Amino acid sequence: MDMKNDSIVKVNGLVKKFPIGSAGYFTALKGIDLTISEGEFTGLVGPSGSGKTTFLNIVGTLDKPTHGQVRVLNKNVENLIPAQAAQLRKEEMGFIFQSFNLLPVYTVFENVEFPLLLLNIHSDERKKRVMESLEWLGLTSKVNSRPAQLSGGECQRVAIARAMVKRPKLVLADEPTANLDAENSHNILKTMVKLNKELNTCFVFATHDEKVIGYLRRIIHLEDGSIAQDTRVQNPDSQQEK
Amino acid sequence: MIKFLLKGLLRDRSRSLLPIIVVALGVMITVFMHAYLSGVFGESLEKTANFNDGHVRVETKAYAENLSQIPNDLALIGVDTLKKSLKSLYPEYSWVERVEFAGLLDVPDSAGNTRMQGAVVGKGIDLLNSEEEIKRMELRKLLVKGKFPSKAGEVLLSDELFEKLKLQLNDVVTLISSTMFGEMAMHNFTVAGTLHFGVNVLDRGMMIADIKDIQTALNMEDAAGLVLGFFNNNVYNNKHAEKTNTDFNKRYENDEDKFAPVMSSLAENGVMGISYSFIKNLAGFIILVFIFAMSIVLWNAGLISGLRRYGEFGLRLAIGENKKEIYRSLIWEAALVGIIGTIIGTILGLSVSWLMQEYGINMSNITKNSSIMMSDTIRAQITPTTWFIGLIPGIVSTVVGAMLAGIGIYKRQTANLFKELQN
Repeated sequence: MDMKNDSIVKVNGLVKKFPIGSAGYFTALKGIDLTISEGEFTGLVGPSGSGKTTFLNIVGTLDKPTHGQVRVLNKNVENLIPAQAAQLRKEEMGFIFQSFNLLPVYTVFENVEFPLLLLNIHSDERKKRVMESLEWLGLTSKVNSRPAQLSGGECQRVAIARAMVKRPKLVLADEPTANLDAENSHNILKTMVKLNKELNTCFVFATHDEKVIGYLRRIIHLEDGSIAQDTRVQNPDSQQEK
Repeated sequence: MIKFLLKGLLRDRSRSLLPIIVVALGVMITVFMHAYLSGVFGESLEKTANFNDGHVRVETKAYAENLSQIPNDLALIGVDTLKKSLKSLYPEYSWVERVEFAGLLDVPDSAGNTRMQGAVVGKGIDLLNSEEEIKRMELRKLLVKGKFPSKAGEVLLSDELFEKLKLQLNDVVTLISSTMFGEMAMHNFTVAGTLHFGVNVLDRGMMIADIKDIQTALNMEDAAGLVLGFFNNNVYNNKHAEKTNTDFNKRYENDEDKFAPVMSSLAENGVMGISYSFIKNLAGFIILVFIFAMSIVLWNAGLISGLRRYGEFGLRLAIGENKKEIYRSLIWEAALVGIIGTIIGTILGLSVSWLMQEYGINMSNITKNSSIMMSDTIRAQITPTTWFIGLIPGIVSTVVGAMLAGIGIYKRQTANLFKELQN
């Protein structure tokens, strides 16, 4: 496959079908061609059922394509065995979810530390990196708090810290502001923009939230499983100031 | 990572405290049940062995075939020689002869005419020459009235029969039975004392006499229905008993004579055999029931907990663990819970069993009309098996429960597990 060095995701003719009983298949993605490069701040935008989450799951190696080629971080997703897919997620990807999904029995520090434990990083180095991540997100005063003691915005900041702590090349965020109020949404998005610029991490969003769209530098409109429009935005930061 | 998972386990009480309580309770019940049943059946078995069957018994082939009729006409003869031979061949046993008999007990009035009569079954044992049989059958503690026979011709009767026949101590009674040659036997005895066995079938009409008196009464000189062997340490060893049995019977296997002796072990004797097999298989049976029941309980608990944790599993998959690692961590968690629960349960179970072993429960109101030989006080018995009976099922059922519950992780598509996370 011909691929530029800085491409993080390269998709050719991606088709995803889901069986629906004996009636046949529902086609969620209908031949998507797309390249996402390093450091992009990109969003898949579209109504429910347009295929955003399905696309994110396949790029996140949580699901496999029915047809087509999906190359993520120089690995062909369709050929990965589960252990290799897990390894790729462990080392190179971060996930941010709509409902934060923090582990309730662990403290903020421990939640952020978890991805580093999977990477067998030494405890001193772990502590340093966790504190650094928490500093980025302004959470140093909440180190020993449990998720139940935090506000929604704080929880999502912890989730971002957890996604960023291993310095991934790719962060996949599925409706990250859906459970947040406007103020918290803007704060979170500003933080993500900052991290994107400072760490050159590629962010891919699945969203239909106008607040998120306002921050995106590339907007890919999905409709009924196909790309309807792929727009580059020159000056998105100014948009959010409106 | 292990420390991290342990922290989570300890902090999430629904994953740790609750299952540990369930396992500990189950193991405690298992340990106690084993000790209790071992106590009840073991004591009953030992008591019956001492009273009736011995650890091994020798009788004639014909006597064994007609045992229910107490056929003294088919009794062993040349018993002294046989006992000497048995003592020499198998010195690890104590060998005793016994005569069992049945008949009518006639109570005369002052004129010598029958005043009262009652059916009686009896045992002729060595009452006068040594304490061995009295101790073995624990007769002294059964004495209600009078004293133990101190001279020939004195007998003990069950207290219920004594009252029914309106007897006084030192009254003379006549045993009407048949000799070993089929003739009518009538012999006078003096009632020295009465016994209460606590077993209905014995209390109704039991007579204990010295074996020499019975041999004289039934014309059974140097003859006896049974020669019983008891292990010198009083503990039944089935393996050894079977070995003795096989060795002895081999000596007479070609003997066609129906009066030839035949040996059988406690485990081969009718109801006792069934009881022995039951006790022998008790541990296995309890373990099986426990594994089955607890697996279902813990499977359910695991399923509920697993369903609740699908979100967590989805997250862990997203962060980079694979299904195998998650499944393995579930099993380790379960094993840890199983081990802790089993240790706590075993300690609790042994404590309760020890209390019941030491103090027992007085069941005299329930056992007074029992037709099996049971003690008035029910006690548990802690055996070596009791110490570890909870270990295997406590851990196995917890792990099996977790394995069954965890199969859901494999059955679900990764993306579906991931979806649980987002709901």
